[in-house]
Amino acid sequence: MTTTPARLERPEIRRTTLLTQSLAITRRNLIHIKRMPEMLLDVTIQPVMFVLLFAFVFGGSIAISGGDPREYREWLMAGIMGQTIAFASFIVAVGLTADIDKGIVDRLRSLPIHPAAVLVGRSISSLLHSSIGIVIMSLTGLAIGWRIHDGIARAALAYLLLLAWGFAMIWVGILVGATMRSVEAVNGLMFATMFPVTFLANTFAPAENMPTLLRIFAEWNPISSLVLAVRELWGTPLPPAEHELALPLQHPVISTIVWTVVITGVMAPLALRAFKRRTDV
Amino acid sequence: MPPPSTSSPAVEADHLVKHFEDTVAVDDVTFSVPEGSVLGLLGPNGAGKTTTVRMMTTLSRPTSGTARVAGHDVLTEPDAVRRSMGLTGQSATVDELLTGRENLDLISALYGLDRSTARRVGDDLLERFSLAEASDRVVKTYSGGMRRRLDLAVSLVATPPVLFLDEPTTGLDPRSRVELWDVLRELVTDGTTLVLTTQYLEEADQLADNIVVIDHGRIIAEGTPLQLKDQSGAAAVVVTVSHADDLPRAQEVIRTVVPEFHVEEGARQISAPAGGLGHMTKIAAAFDGSGIELDDLGLKRPSLDDVFLRLTGHRAEEPSEPESEEALR
Repeated sequence: MTTTPARLERPEIRRTTLLTQSLAITRRNLIHIKRMPEMLLDVTIQPVMFVLLFAFVFGGSIAISGGDPREYREWLMAGIMGQTIAFASFIVAVGLTADIDKGIVDRLRSLPIHPAAVLVGRSISSLLHSSIGIVIMSLTGLAIGWRIHDGIARAALAYLLLLAWGFAMIWVGILVGATMRSVEAVNGLMFATMFPVTFLANTFAPAENMPTLLRIFAEWNPISSLVLAVRELWGTPLPPAEHELALPLQHPVISTIVWTVVITGVMAPLALRAFKRRTDV
Repeated sequence: MPPPSTSSPAVEADHLVKHFEDTVAVDDVTFSVPEGSVLGLLGPNGAGKTTTVRMMTTLSRPTSGTARVAGHDVLTEPDAVRRSMGLTGQSATVDELLTGRENLDLISALYGLDRSTARRVGDDLLERFSLAEASDRVVKTYSGGMRRRLDLAVSLVATPPVLFLDEPTTGLDPRSRVELWDVLRELVTDGTTLVLTTQYLEEADQLADNIVVIDHGRIIAEGTPLQLKDQSGAAAVVVTVSHADDLPRAQEVIRTVVPEFHVEEGARQISAPAGGLGHMTKIAAAFDGSGIELDDLGLKRPSLDDVFLRLTGHRAEEPSEPESEEALR
């Protein structure tokens, strides 16, 4: 190759912010949803199906303050939303594992962008993904008798708590996604853990009637705080407590905020370390 | 970014070492690549080629040693390194669910190119890599060759002065491979410095100005393809006669120049030591006017395959499906 090198014209590389970069990656993840709308099944058909199943199949047998099925339906909504937003971790983990697996993460890391952009972009798209589920469930709820009783401001705070919870769950997802070697492994692990954990709470049935040990577990389960907080903020009619509630449930809004901070504080460093280890090979 | 001065090498590996738990993947690898030239990192699967490239492209942190790309140190100026180079990974790392155009747009956006520049750069690249017609199709529908071309196009969005290619043609059919070689040659003509890993000796021979042979994480030989071939034994003059009947007469002609030679009757060939090219012209002159019809008279150097076999005791290319070094770990 003895040809005189012709200097190539280089396009101008402008410095961009972490937010711009993250949004570009978010946009790419959203195009995935557009191309594969079935990715949304987990936040559309599945929770709606749960709402309908629990409201109309089990609803009659699960007693809430005198056993009015309409009240159970309303009570159920916060539980299913809590579960759906907890599954944000699932969505992040699956997406991240697939990207690492296919070398997309390496491709992005070889570009002059902020090292966190890949994770932030993934987090934003997962939160949007989960939010679609929250909107769809709110609409389903409205159709079956769920209402906001205590005004818009408190209701908005309830939605904010759900989002904050989703943010904490994202770190769990990044940890799982960076640790597991395949999408199948992620699916297996998440099904085996997230389903029982989200059921062993006050999500679908009152913890009151559970055997003592389970009841204690359920009441200390962070999801229970979230779900009770959301119920209180929406003004959902609550059954009178028969036992004295565990400490976190006595102040559910504050507990939820504390849980969110603690989970994020513990999981974020672990997740970042796992991601570094996984990619620096 | 100031252009690197012509005297400093475009890429330098400076005693690179990488350990994975109890294995040594890369063991003291040092080389430099002059601007505008092509370096071939040649070695079998698991030799440490990919790990070396990952360290030079800031993806993996060296256990010790460092590397410089366009004068920037990978440890202290990783961002400047990323601005100066493009990387085409081992598996085509384009997004299958995006169209070709969307893949290019994503990378342009991440480089911070403005919309009109991104559009122009995208159009140019799609045209240049014969992907214009497929630009609005989802990559899932692309053939292997098209994916590789898109992968390469994506690496070139910012027209980097240095391009790293990790086994760019692995898994491609021979025609796509030759097409890709042509594209790479064009890039070099335009002044791009290439570092490519390959386990195909032919590829290194075709493209590389300099070759570094790696086995078990260590450099075991380096030089130009010609130097490596010369290291592996002397060249030979090979005479192919047109008619097998002429073989005895041809042997007599050659005996007037060199006493020892080797005859392969089936191939109608006689090989004689070239004696540093000196015998070549004499043998040619001796045949001139001998009346013996020749199919061919030429110089045969040992192939890189011979070189590799001699250096490592095993062949570089294995018949089995190539696996990534990642998978072996």
